[in-house]
Amino acid sequence: MLKKLTRWSRIKSPWILHLNSGACNACDIEVVAALTPRFDVERFGVLLKATPRHADVIIATGPVTRQLKDRIIRIYEQTPDPKFVVAVGACAMSGCVYRGAYNVMGGLDQVIPVDVYVPGCPARPDAILDGVVKLLGKL
Amino acid sequence: MKFQIPIGPQHPALKEPISLRMTVEGEVIKDADLRLGYNHRGVEKLAESKSWIQNIYLTERICGICSHSHATCFVQGAEKLLEIEAPRRGVYLRYLVSELERVHSHLLWLGVAGHEAGFDSFFMYTWRDREVVMDILEMISGNRVHYAINTLGGVRRDLDEAQKAKILDGLKILKARSEYYLKIGAGEPTFVGRLAGVGMLSRQQAMDLCTVGPVARASGIARDVRKDDPHAFYDEVEFDVATADTCDVLGRAVVRIKELFESYKIIEFVIRNLPDGPIAVKAPRRAKPGEVVSRYEAPRGENIHYIKSNGSDKPERLKVRAPTLANYAATIEMLRHGFIADIPLIFAAIDPCICCAERTAELVDARTGEERIVRFADLRRLAASRQAHSNKRNVAWPL
Repeated sequence: MLKKLTRWSRIKSPWILHLNSGACNACDIEVVAALTPRFDVERFGVLLKATPRHADVIIATGPVTRQLKDRIIRIYEQTPDPKFVVAVGACAMSGCVYRGAYNVMGGLDQVIPVDVYVPGCPARPDAILDGVVKLLGKL
Repeated sequence: MKFQIPIGPQHPALKEPISLRMTVEGEVIKDADLRLGYNHRGVEKLAESKSWIQNIYLTERICGICSHSHATCFVQGAEKLLEIEAPRRGVYLRYLVSELERVHSHLLWLGVAGHEAGFDSFFMYTWRDREVVMDILEMISGNRVHYAINTLGGVRRDLDEAQKAKILDGLKILKARSEYYLKIGAGEPTFVGRLAGVGMLSRQQAMDLCTVGPVARASGIARDVRKDDPHAFYDEVEFDVATADTCDVLGRAVVRIKELFESYKIIEFVIRNLPDGPIAVKAPRRAKPGEVVSRYEAPRGENIHYIKSNGSDKPERLKVRAPTLANYAATIEMLRHGFIADIPLIFAAIDPCICCAERTAELVDARTGEERIVRFADLRRLAASRQAHSNKRNVAWPL
């Protein structure tokens, strides 16, 4: 019974944290665009939260720079369980055009576990939405 | 009693990783310091290992909001080195996308400013209308954010009559909405009350600290590369450089809204006077040895690319000076004597594009040839002492 309730509440209103791990801003504005009237994820109960301690889903963009590596791990640890990570954009998947640069780890999965990958450079807001919905469908 | 407040790199008020360190006394900020480098990816080094045409793809990804600015700035310079000239139609289309990008960037900023001022319905309004210009950009280039329309010697996609009509239709909506934003931005008492007098930067300070773009223009300096150093068709089209003399965040908002109208004028001019002919010429693979400095007025201010070629199919050096980097020094001046609650607003008012500005620099002493890496705080102290001695004669590098 309690399990059912937690599962229901988790699916109904996932709170997301937007984490920029050295992205070029393109995926970030698409993530924000997904919150605005055209796409409007808030109607599904998805809320953008400012702190990792409130979040259920981390939406991360960017290829992970060396400077940010430790901080990303810390933010991941601060997020309460159960937590899910969505890697948005080609950079977060594999490093994209920055792959091989001296300051780039090349993909989010080098640092923290990732549940869903959303491809695209940058990923469209509808693709990001689709990624989050697919994640919720898995629960 | 003085306190230090660290803000960032991951912070609710910041959209991108940057670290601000505020020294506060009570509510008042006494001093501020910036720490950069969280977003440094090594783009300049990467550019040296890619060919001229591959570098367009890379420079576009320096920044996602002003992606066309960096790509155009690079292509302008590279075309000079490759000794080719884009055909008229190609040039018109290239700068048509530039102006559309300016519109999308300014609408985005207006929304962010509204959000930081606690006016979230304004944020939702501007971002809804921004989708109109995003649709136009998607129609022209096939992508919403990284347009990939530039190529060496022109552009990659042509425009037909039906698309022209659609752009003009979209402009009608945008114009009507921008009128409304001007009314709110400059007239709505609560909004004006929040923005007026915040983040003051006098004309003299703006001049001394080498600000660029809307920050300089809001302090009454009519500085615009499109006017000062006209390239392409900018000497034929009639437009004004929008300025304001309130020197605060309100002025920066008004300047950006006014610039929207100037951009609409330029877009209309391009659509009505689009010449016929080819859109691109074939570019050679190798460039002549040489160096070039390319200037471009990005939505945030003057963007400078320095490109050096050694005669191969790759650039030997690419140096990017993004407009946000030029405005950082002024931001600290704006933050000083402000309140803690104003930090996000003041910081957002320069329209910071942190990923643009993540460059490292190595300083070489001109007298001894000694190389060293310097912290931003030391650099600022150095600049301040230079300024203090600037009225003396025979200084090595007078300000």
